[in-house]
Amino acid sequence: MLDELRELYQEVILDHGRNPRNHRRPEDANRHARGNNPICGDTLVVYLDVGDDGVIRDAAFEGQGCAISIASASMMTDVLKGKTEAQARALFEKFHDLCTKDDFDLDAVDNGAGDDDLERLQVLAGVRAFPMRVKCATLAWHTMTAAMSGEDATSTE
Amino acid sequence: MNEAAPTIQVVPGQVVPGQVVPGQVVPGQVVPGDNSTLAYDVERVRADFPILTQEVFGRPLVFLDSAASAQKPRQVLDAMDDAYETAYSNVHRGVHRMSQLCTDAFEAGREKVARYINAGSSDEIVFTRNATEALNLVADCFGRAFMKAGDEVVISALEHHSNIVPWHLLKERLGIELRIAPIDDDGNFLLDEFEALLGPRTRLVAMTHVSNAIGTIVPIKEVIARAHARGVPVLVDGSQAAPHLRIDVQDLDADFYAFTGHKVYGPTGIGVLYGKSERLNALPPYQGGGEMIASVTFEKSEFKAAPHRFEAGTPAIVEAIGLGAAIDYLESLGRDNIAAHESGILAYATQRLGEVPGLTIIGRAREKASIVSFVMENAHAHDIGTIVDRAGVAVRTGHHCAQPLLQRLGLTATARASFGIYNTREEVDALVEALGAVSEIFG
Ligand SMILES: Cc1ncc(COP(=O)(O)O)c(C=O)c1O
Repeated sequence: MLDELRELYQEVILDHGRNPRNHRRPEDANRHARGNNPICGDTLVVYLDVGDDGVIRDAAFEGQGCAISIASASMMTDVLKGKTEAQARALFEKFHDLCTKDDFDLDAVDNGAGDDDLERLQVLAGVRAFPMRVKCATLAWHTMTAAMSGEDATSTE
Repeated sequence: MNEAAPTIQVVPGQVVPGQVVPGQVVPGQVVPGDNSTLAYDVERVRADFPILTQEVFGRPLVFLDSAASAQKPRQVLDAMDDAYETAYSNVHRGVHRMSQLCTDAFEAGREKVARYINAGSSDEIVFTRNATEALNLVADCFGRAFMKAGDEVVISALEHHSNIVPWHLLKERLGIELRIAPIDDDGNFLLDEFEALLGPRTRLVAMTHVSNAIGTIVPIKEVIARAHARGVPVLVDGSQAAPHLRIDVQDLDADFYAFTGHKVYGPTGIGVLYGKSERLNALPPYQGGGEMIASVTFEKSEFKAAPHRFEAGTPAIVEAIGLGAAIDYLESLGRDNIAAHESGILAYATQRLGEVPGLTIIGRAREKASIVSFVMENAHAHDIGTIVDRAGVAVRTGHHCAQPLLQRLGLTATARASFGIYNTREEVDALVEALGAVSEIFG
């Protein structure tokens, strides 16, 4: 019983969950959105500072939630810095596959946004065995794309 | 974006036939009155619930989520199959034999519901889809008939969303105001503070009998007495009381009392609105259609009296029959036996959970139904739920459709174990053991 759970709650995730990176509200964010997971009531606000060249200069978040949603937000905000909007969206697509597709093959992916990032995010792939928890892992990402699109609220529903 | 559909790996188990001991009452058999002197045999009750032999992730299912929806005994499943197989037709419509048989069985369901809550007459029992529809029905019809801008409705801090949102809708539509009766930090309902909210503009009190999120039993009889002293009628949301408590709507003097079939071990798709005859008949219809009219011309309709006035269209026929079977079943066990069994489990669970390091029980009201909400120091409720699930233990996690209540308690989510007629102390032990894995992972 504990094996799959250990796969889900890897040390890296527990560490990000306990000590989330970029858990703050940046002064100069020019995009933000609130994301809501209606199943558990978790709410995250994602802040982005996007330059005129479309490059994300800063990414951060505030909010409370389960270990998975907080760890995911923490890791996402880390990898987003320096990406263009297009790269960020492309990365979400791959990340979504990674969280949902059993046959997802990291080596077969060429996303142009740096395979290193996906490799880092791979620790979250454990949610595949827990379909009810996929939304926890993707909440921050949904919220990020809402922020980029200029919507101020989104939901995993 | 749509996520993968949730799946649960379930290993089909073996169905153990209910044991019949000669000379003892068989659950499901209709026995008049209350068999409260008979001993309660939880293993025999369990044998009546086919689903309880299922395994989840290779472990026996430990189902501690009956407050969300209860499992169904074979007696209910059989009664519904039997209706479809031997006596099915539309009701109140035909002169033929099947229609008569089915109408009789459907109306017998109504009689059983009336008996279950001691209504004065089965004409005071309106069938709805669920408790939510019963509450919306009163909000809609009572609001239309008796409320205008500036009028007030008093609810409590304990409400389920289904007794909040209909009033918000009425607020938007009519400009009514909501007043919220407070609780203390343990979740106790505060009667005097409630009474102070009753004013000249109060038109209705709409209040839960038992909190689904933290188990508080509201002193509803006293609430009703104090509201009536000021001429204010009371709608009770009895969704969580009906499975646990003996309910006597006449003794309570409730004006309206709502509950939902699937939480009293009956099927989904059927709910109940009790209303005093004079209260129901003072309301305009809810929806228009067949079944609810006395006569129709192209110019106008004449409406039937309650309960049919509120039952437009073909009702949940077989579900009403199933609900009747569930009520027979509960009465065969004895309502007082059920209450004694559940309060034993509640005390045991409260004690055992209280011993788990880092765990805090949320809701310590003096009077509680068998519902225990809790949080843990290092783990979010959602993570707790996932971890114990792998040990076969089903608990509810989240805000339990009572977000304002959790906010009042300074929380966003709890884990909730709720106990019903088939739960055992061993299952409490299984939960406590499974929580050990939470501490192991989260420290
Ligand atoms: C206190 C309370 N009221 C109302 C409801 C709504 O019941 P239903 O969803 O069957 O309408 C529930 C259950 O979800 C409840 O616990």
